[in-house]
Amino acid sequence: MSTSATAHHDAHHDEHHDTGRNTTLGFWIYLMTDCILFSCFFATYAVLFMNTAGGVSGKDIFDLDLIAGGTAALLLSSITFGFAMISAYKQNKGGVLFWLAVTFLFGATFIAIELYEFNHLIHAGHGPSASAFLTAFFSLVGLHGLHVTAGLLWITVMFIDVAKRGLPDRTVTRLGCLSLFWHFLDVIWICVFSFVYLMGAM
Amino acid sequence: MNLLGKLSWDAIPYDPIVLGTLAVVAVGGAALFVFMTLAKKWGWLWREWLTSVDHKRLGIMYIILAFVMLIRGFADAIMMRTQLAVATNGSEGYLPPHHYDQIFTAHGVIMIIFMAMPFMIGLMNIILPLQIGARDVAFPFLNNLSFWLAVSGALLVNISLGLGEFAMTGWVAYPPLSGLEFSPGVGVDYYIWALQISGIGTTLTGVNFLVTVLKMRAPGMKLMDMPIFTWTCTWANVLIVASFPILTAALAMLTLDRYLDFHFFTNDAGGNSMMYINLFWAWGHPEVYILVLPAFGIFSEIVSTFTGKRLFGYKSMVYASGAISILGFIVWLHHFFTMGSSASVNAFFGIMTMIIAIPTGVKLFNWLFTMYKGRIRLEVPMLWTIGFIILFSIGGMTGVLLAVPGADYVLHNSLFLIAHFHNTIIAGAVFGYLAGFTFWFPKAMGFHLDPKYGKISFWCWSVGFLLAFMPLYVLGFLGMTRRLNHTDNPDWNIWLYIAAVGAFVIAIGIAAQFVQLFLGFKNKDKNLDKTGDPWNGHTLEWSLASPPQFYNFAKIPHVEDIDAFTDMKEKGTAYQRHASYEPIHMPSNTNAGPIMGLLATALGFALIWHIWWLAGASFIGLIVAFICRAYASNTDYYVQPDEVARIENEHLDNVAKG
Amino acid sequence: MSQHDQDAHSHGSVSSYVVGFVLSVILTVIPFWAVMTSAFDRATLFAVIVVTAVVQIIVHLKYFLHLNFTKEGKIDTLSFIFTAIVIVMVVGLSIWIIYESVLMMMY
Repeated sequence: MSTSATAHHDAHHDEHHDTGRNTTLGFWIYLMTDCILFSCFFATYAVLFMNTAGGVSGKDIFDLDLIAGGTAALLLSSITFGFAMISAYKQNKGGVLFWLAVTFLFGATFIAIELYEFNHLIHAGHGPSASAFLTAFFSLVGLHGLHVTAGLLWITVMFIDVAKRGLPDRTVTRLGCLSLFWHFLDVIWICVFSFVYLMGAM
Repeated sequence: MNLLGKLSWDAIPYDPIVLGTLAVVAVGGAALFVFMTLAKKWGWLWREWLTSVDHKRLGIMYIILAFVMLIRGFADAIMMRTQLAVATNGSEGYLPPHHYDQIFTAHGVIMIIFMAMPFMIGLMNIILPLQIGARDVAFPFLNNLSFWLAVSGALLVNISLGLGEFAMTGWVAYPPLSGLEFSPGVGVDYYIWALQISGIGTTLTGVNFLVTVLKMRAPGMKLMDMPIFTWTCTWANVLIVASFPILTAALAMLTLDRYLDFHFFTNDAGGNSMMYINLFWAWGHPEVYILVLPAFGIFSEIVSTFTGKRLFGYKSMVYASGAISILGFIVWLHHFFTMGSSASVNAFFGIMTMIIAIPTGVKLFNWLFTMYKGRIRLEVPMLWTIGFIILFSIGGMTGVLLAVPGADYVLHNSLFLIAHFHNTIIAGAVFGYLAGFTFWFPKAMGFHLDPKYGKISFWCWSVGFLLAFMPLYVLGFLGMTRRLNHTDNPDWNIWLYIAAVGAFVIAIGIAAQFVQLFLGFKNKDKNLDKTGDPWNGHTLEWSLASPPQFYNFAKIPHVEDIDAFTDMKEKGTAYQRHASYEPIHMPSNTNAGPIMGLLATALGFALIWHIWWLAGASFIGLIVAFICRAYASNTDYYVQPDEVARIENEHLDNVAKG
Repeated sequence: MSQHDQDAHSHGSVSSYVVGFVLSVILTVIPFWAVMTSAFDRATLFAVIVVTAVVQIIVHLKYFLHLNFTKEGKIDTLSFIFTAIVIVMVVGLSIWIIYESVLMMMY
């Protein structure tokens, strides 16, 4: 890669206006803003988790077996995405498509488990409107779930892109950004299962 | 199911002031439409400006947005001041509380989010890439999208004037007042979506300019060689990236409370409204530094240019800005000392707040030492700077007073506070932007503003400011609280009258701004800036033609000094004629920005009025538009060397003549 | 100018992904096991959860997100550290502020 100096001199050799390195750095800084967004929801959860308004607390409703299953799915999806990236750097199109599909399946499994949990809670009368604790819980976990869903959509788009156009530099850069996004969501999930589920069930 | 959600004919407010404003806007809009159609300018406007990804044009459009919103926000201010001058001795005045409360809310939101922010971002857009020797920002399309998201938010605020109502909560919209129980109307929803949409645009701007500064500096320019305006903007961008997500989170929670019966901030079911106040100011305090730091940078550039000296203490200026940025993140509780947290909490935040005065003091002394023994030219930008140094110091000192929790318990929520923050924001940020506006106007447009009216504007603003806000300090000491609709205390009257006069003097100052613009355009041919360096400037933007070529730099310069252009002039390497040029790679204009801005407006409008089908459709439209744009392939082109040579030689001939 | 000439180190190899994966499995299993079997008293459980979480985050940052201190990767690492500091300040001070105010209200 280049320093800013060569980036300028090479600009006209490059197919695209923003070089891959700019895109990756920009995306990383965006992820930092996302990090702060999550931290606000964590802070709010920390402030509100005792306010159960006479209703259930975390100990009553958290099903750790379920969460362990979801965590396993997400962890597996992490390493499979890693394999997709390694295939991408080797320009192995078939490998990328295969590992993207596997990652998608694990991610979808995680979302399915989360939806099952939410659905179960809401039907048991513990929906987000029941208390400030449940409000904060559903928002924090749901925000992570929304991000994973966006990631699934992005994986789909990238799958089509790779299938149609192969792996030019621009596509590899984008896969790199998606990889950052996907692994970043893992880091958030570590905080969620540690500080919400495990501490709540303690 | 109702296709229009909560929207009906009742949404139009039958108030003579509002209807009169709407009539004026309608007539003005129609006149503009007819003019544009007759002149066949629509296609030009769309292709050359609205879809432009050129940072210089986006900057100009940002500043136009800021001026339009300044008129709107200032009209609110004049109405408030006249209402308070009239509504004394038990009189009700002419603005009923329902209307008055919307006015003070709109005034705050508009002035901070839709006047000051676009003004600051506009100046940064025009100048920052030029100062670091870049051809554009890192992500030109994203820059265009950010602009349209800001416009989208501004549009929503203005739509609220004619459809429904605006929030009546004050610009901070604290729950539970802003919750569904106490604000069942659409006002708070307008507030939420206007801030949310424009806030996301601002976050993208922050990311964009950080990457620009980190990755696109001219060769040789180390971080500690960057011009001071670029540095202060960079700190502001760091603050944007770190603080705007907090606003996004707080607003999202308020949204969930209002739309889906969540209980973050409600009185019942265990909600805690103090968490909103806490999050709001964890964004709100860094936000004021986001506004003022670039203004400090502008003053620094102006002081060193118009004294003909190097800036005194460049490094201490950079570190002081950094210290202000970091400290800006641990002082936010001073906005709500009276919430009633413990004494240790209040003491911690009080002390941190006072410490911020130190780096700010460092800056003031740096400016004074730069002027010391300098050959000062009292041009309009320099006048604003000197006015700032005097007036802003008053605001800074009253700020340290308010930082004492014990004093704050007496002064909080009073007009003393109002006087303090107007003192810092007007005499700090706004003076800075107006100084930067006159300073860089010839660079951006190619000709000068009228200096006589520039001076008139400065004097009216300064005198008007003193008349309008010094009485508020007094009124604060006399016990008058903010957001009062009418008063009944004879001791206050005289001060309220003086403040109203002050507002009208500022109005003359604003009018003079427009006159200097008008005269500038009218006498354009006489005031052309042919050399591109009208003030004997120090930094790279002055090495280009005015207005700069659309590709900025024909050859990217090699930088060896903080005052890069002064260095080139001294070494005789400025204005070099090159034998040959290389093709320049440029981004193409794109329809995607304005289209996505329109979809965002539709999304916000639909959510405000509960028009669910439109909300769904525009949300899907946004995602599809973004994916289409992201995977578009035809997004750039090359400028050929012969064209570059033609443009460059034409400019250098002009320089030789001038 | 492209990804190809970057060394394998900066975007990981099969072995580094496997190492990261094994470590994070271990660091996930420990706290889950401890809480599900109530292996320790509350204070120890708390400490175990916090320590494994922090270590696992660092493992993810190193092996999956490839943060490093090379010339090219330094800015990403520094921006993460800056963000972490901001988060510690904002979250920590927010919790302090609200808990103290709750105490003052004695509810």
